[in-house]
Amino acid sequence: MSAAQKQVVIDRTGQLFGCFVLLSLFIVAAKDPATFVGQTTIGITNGALLALIALGYTMVYGIIELINFAHADVFMMGSMLGMQLIVSMGVSAQSGVFAKGAIIVVGLVICMVACALINVAIEKIAYKPLRNAPPLAPLITAIGMSFILANLAQKIWGPSQVSVPDLIGNGSIAGVRIKDIVVIMVTAPLLVGLTWFVTNTRQGKAMRATAQDQGAAAIMGIDVNRTISLTFLLGGLLAGASGVLYALVNTTTVWNAGFKNGLFAFTAAVLGGIGNLRGAVIGALLIGLIQAYSAAYVGDRWTDVVIFSILVMVLVFRPTGLLGEQEITRA
Amino acid sequence: MSSSSGQAMLKLDAVEAWYGSIQALKGITLEVNEGEIISLIGSNGAGKTTTMKTIHGLMKPKAGRIEYLGRDTAKISTQELVQMGMAQSPEGRRVFPKMTVLENLEMGAFQREDQSEVASDIEDIYEMFPRLRERKEQKAGLMSGGEQQMLAMGRALMARPRLLLLDEPSMGLAPLVIQQIFDIIVEINRKGTTVLLVEQNANVALAISHRAYVLETGTVVLEGTGKELLASDAVRKAYLGE
Repeated sequence: MSAAQKQVVIDRTGQLFGCFVLLSLFIVAAKDPATFVGQTTIGITNGALLALIALGYTMVYGIIELINFAHADVFMMGSMLGMQLIVSMGVSAQSGVFAKGAIIVVGLVICMVACALINVAIEKIAYKPLRNAPPLAPLITAIGMSFILANLAQKIWGPSQVSVPDLIGNGSIAGVRIKDIVVIMVTAPLLVGLTWFVTNTRQGKAMRATAQDQGAAAIMGIDVNRTISLTFLLGGLLAGASGVLYALVNTTTVWNAGFKNGLFAFTAAVLGGIGNLRGAVIGALLIGLIQAYSAAYVGDRWTDVVIFSILVMVLVFRPTGLLGEQEITRA
Repeated sequence: MSSSSGQAMLKLDAVEAWYGSIQALKGITLEVNEGEIISLIGSNGAGKTTTMKTIHGLMKPKAGRIEYLGRDTAKISTQELVQMGMAQSPEGRRVFPKMTVLENLEMGAFQREDQSEVASDIEDIYEMFPRLRERKEQKAGLMSGGEQQMLAMGRALMARPRLLLLDEPSMGLAPLVIQQIFDIIVEINRKGTTVLLVEQNANVALAISHRAYVLETGTVVLEGTGKELLASDAVRKAYLGE
């Protein structure tokens, strides 16, 4: 059997499996529609939060082929800074709607900028000097940066869970939690904005060109270093937003919050095809939904097993991911 | 070190370049005057591509001096060189594989201030390479070698260069396509662009060059007009397979 035939068999099996999963979901949905709708919105919310992180992984990988393990901890920093800001400003669950809304908006902006700066600084300090080193060197440095950020957070905010004032509350509109609505209202414009930026602006084009061929991009007169910084900046902005939303939705955060969410987001990026922006979003939504459905229908303790089994299966059977492009370079 | 022939557009004076501990250029001296087509010929590993990279600021020379438009390029970045009218079609073409032909051409104009004139310049490129017009929505990575070479040259021309660096434009192409490409190089030069051409295919390169330099293991071993070198026994033996 040729490689192409093998891939067809694998794809068909995958599709069959997908159909089976959809069918089972359809059955459970028919049995109890309310639970299903509830789990679906939770899944989309989780997926949206993961998408914001996954994009940072995938963009950085796309441009310098580095798995930036510290990215998850930038997200965690976002959640911690958001929490700190809310607490320092004295806003609590009892505050007025206006104060709560204002702190959410201001907090998002401040934490996004702060995380963007942290991410850019990490690149400048830790990765840029290793630009021409063997790929293992920056990878290990990334893991090191991850530890540094996590331990810094542990030093500052302590080793246990830190609670975040519940500013959004548990209300719902037409059966959808307000928390889910807030997350979607923040995430959707960010995703649209990023897509627009990358496809239409001069700097966005420079990013795509640099990702495809760094040497050729330099010849075009593109400042490759600045373009890489910009990539980290954008990734940091999104991770910051995700961190604040995470803190608000879960009303708690912790110094190692980046670890598991980072792994999930990374899995999402790989699932969608690492380097592919649309893939990262779709992968993240899938992971979010799988997380929510398996928590409701399989059992909470199986969630991680399910998700990481999917990661392994993707890596084995379709290493380029669901939307990963085949190499189309030709001599 | 004197600037007796101050008219030269590009001047290399005893330029040395290293890859780690390996010396690739052992003192290259050459000159390109405005309006010329100059060829660097030589076999694999002679240092032709390294010379190009060093000229374009992609590699820093360890010794020697490069002057472009009368300025020492030691402190000038590639971006600025592009703004100063130096564009390159690199070895192996290096088109952006996942971008369309049109997007690739737009990337060529990345450093230009007058973005409003880009559209009409793209039209000019399509006139020069009708093939590219037919393929304008095609992903560049899916095109044939000849088409990619046309695109790489078109992309470089989008910068409206004063000095066009062409690195191995004939590589891997069929003789008919090579002839086509070289006819266009002559045409580009006639319209006022100075051309520095790196070629292994000495025959075609020398035929269109005003002057040429023969490189061997990082040094210039011979120089002369295209005709002189075509007639030289040494060149015929070493590079023309006779």
